[in-house]
Amino acid sequence: MKIMHCPLNGPRNISEFVYGGEVKPMPNPHTCSDKEWAEYVFYSDNTIRIITEWWYHAPSGYWFIAERHTASDEILKTYDPSERFDQRIEFDSKPELTQEPSI
Amino acid sequence: MPFSLLKYGLKNDYPFENDVDLPSPTALKKHYDVVIIGGGGHGVATAYYLAKYHGITNVAILEKGYLGGGNTARNTAVIRSNYLTSEGVKFYKESVDLFKGLSNEFDFNIMYSSRGQLTLAHTEATVRSFRQRTEVNTHFGGKTELIDPQQIKELVPTLNMNPADMPILAGLWHIDGATARHDAVAWGYAKGATQRGVELHQLTEVTDVIVENGKATGVKTNRGNVSCGCIVQAVAGHSSVVAAMAGIKMPITTYPLQAMVTQPVKPFLNPLVSSSALHCYVQQTGRGEMVFGGGSDPYPLYNTRSTMDLKESLLASAVEMFPFMANLKLMRQWAGITDMTSDYSPIMGLSPVENYYLDAGWGTWGFKSTPICGKTMAQLVANGGKVPDLIAPFAMDRFDVFRQVNEMGATAASH
Repeated sequence: MKIMHCPLNGPRNISEFVYGGEVKPMPNPHTCSDKEWAEYVFYSDNTIRIITEWWYHAPSGYWFIAERHTASDEILKTYDPSERFDQRIEFDSKPELTQEPSI
Repeated sequence: MPFSLLKYGLKNDYPFENDVDLPSPTALKKHYDVVIIGGGGHGVATAYYLAKYHGITNVAILEKGYLGGGNTARNTAVIRSNYLTSEGVKFYKESVDLFKGLSNEFDFNIMYSSRGQLTLAHTEATVRSFRQRTEVNTHFGGKTELIDPQQIKELVPTLNMNPADMPILAGLWHIDGATARHDAVAWGYAKGATQRGVELHQLTEVTDVIVENGKATGVKTNRGNVSCGCIVQAVAGHSSVVAAMAGIKMPITTYPLQAMVTQPVKPFLNPLVSSSALHCYVQQTGRGEMVFGGGSDPYPLYNTRSTMDLKESLLASAVEMFPFMANLKLMRQWAGITDMTSDYSPIMGLSPVENYYLDAGWGTWGFKSTPICGKTMAQLVANGGKVPDLIAPFAMDRFDVFRQVNEMGATAASH
């Protein structure tokens, strides 16, 4: 059974975790082009190397970051996202509408 | 045939001395009209149709390992066309039709066995989606019916009608469902292609793709450089890695897919049976072994290792469906590497690099499309990049315009 070290709960069975995709910068959805948004949502390097990715410990509802090799499946490091994301990110909850909705 | 057998029986020589399946390896030429990266089913089928229908024989298939040794040898050999979208059904339907004639065409037995495929519904929502799939399939000439629990019982008497406390409400009975020997498909295509002058180079790894001014002009291999008119990439399991050599980023994530097989038992199961809710499909091979498979692994990886988690969940589902199988012993397990797209449809056609054609994103549904992929990719190459209508919906740029071809429900665990 493969064990993953959760930064919050310690070593746990890998089946308790959910993969959440690669850590990559999100373009601003209000200003980026459709192509940029498609790149962010669908495209990925998907290569053989160590990647930084989001993981979720389902029983405790906790998101964290792991560094894992995509061929050997070796998990090198897991840490709390606050180590990487130490700035507050402002989201514009109400984007300016360029035109009135037609309905 | 009996007379020729008798004739050979009376002769001293072995009759097939000069009838070799594959010619001996030769040196790589400096230039080919077409280079196909990947000597799996799709690659050799493309070469075969290029030579047969389009007279293009200055073709090299470059294979890192051996012929059909990748995912062609790792799938569970299911052939079906009961998909959901009209684009998907049209495409796979033609593939099923081609499969039916392959043994004759090759004069080589691919062990095509038409047994029907049964998918089980455990919820009303699934029954509704089955109705839609039945209609779409019938419309495009496939043989698919919605059947009730009584009919399912008659078709598969050994099936537990209440697996995991999820009663079976209906079944999608795909009469065209079939299996074939996957290796034989690759061998048959390779034999036909090489007889027509195509060169198959095994143990020849492409290490880089030469792109000049946005145009693919050749490849670097472990046996030297080769220039070419165009390149077809057909490397299931490593699509992103090879495409990256040409500077192409793809909307693919790569996951392992595990399958396993038990010891052989008496024949009892003719159709291929899969359950949409249990994420498991079960079939009995011609040798009597029971083959199980399911969905891909829960997280991306380029590795064919085995995990206990998946074995436990898959076998639990299989035993729920056929309880007496609890007494069978597992004989082998293996895994393949699947290039999953987010809409569960392939990526075929043009790429951002000129003269570089993609046959990728074949996830868990690659084997069943081998003949039609070969045929349409050959058309694409022969017409200098004019995309055939059949594969136009599978262009990579569909992701850029959010025009996906959603086959997830018809694919997830029902190969």
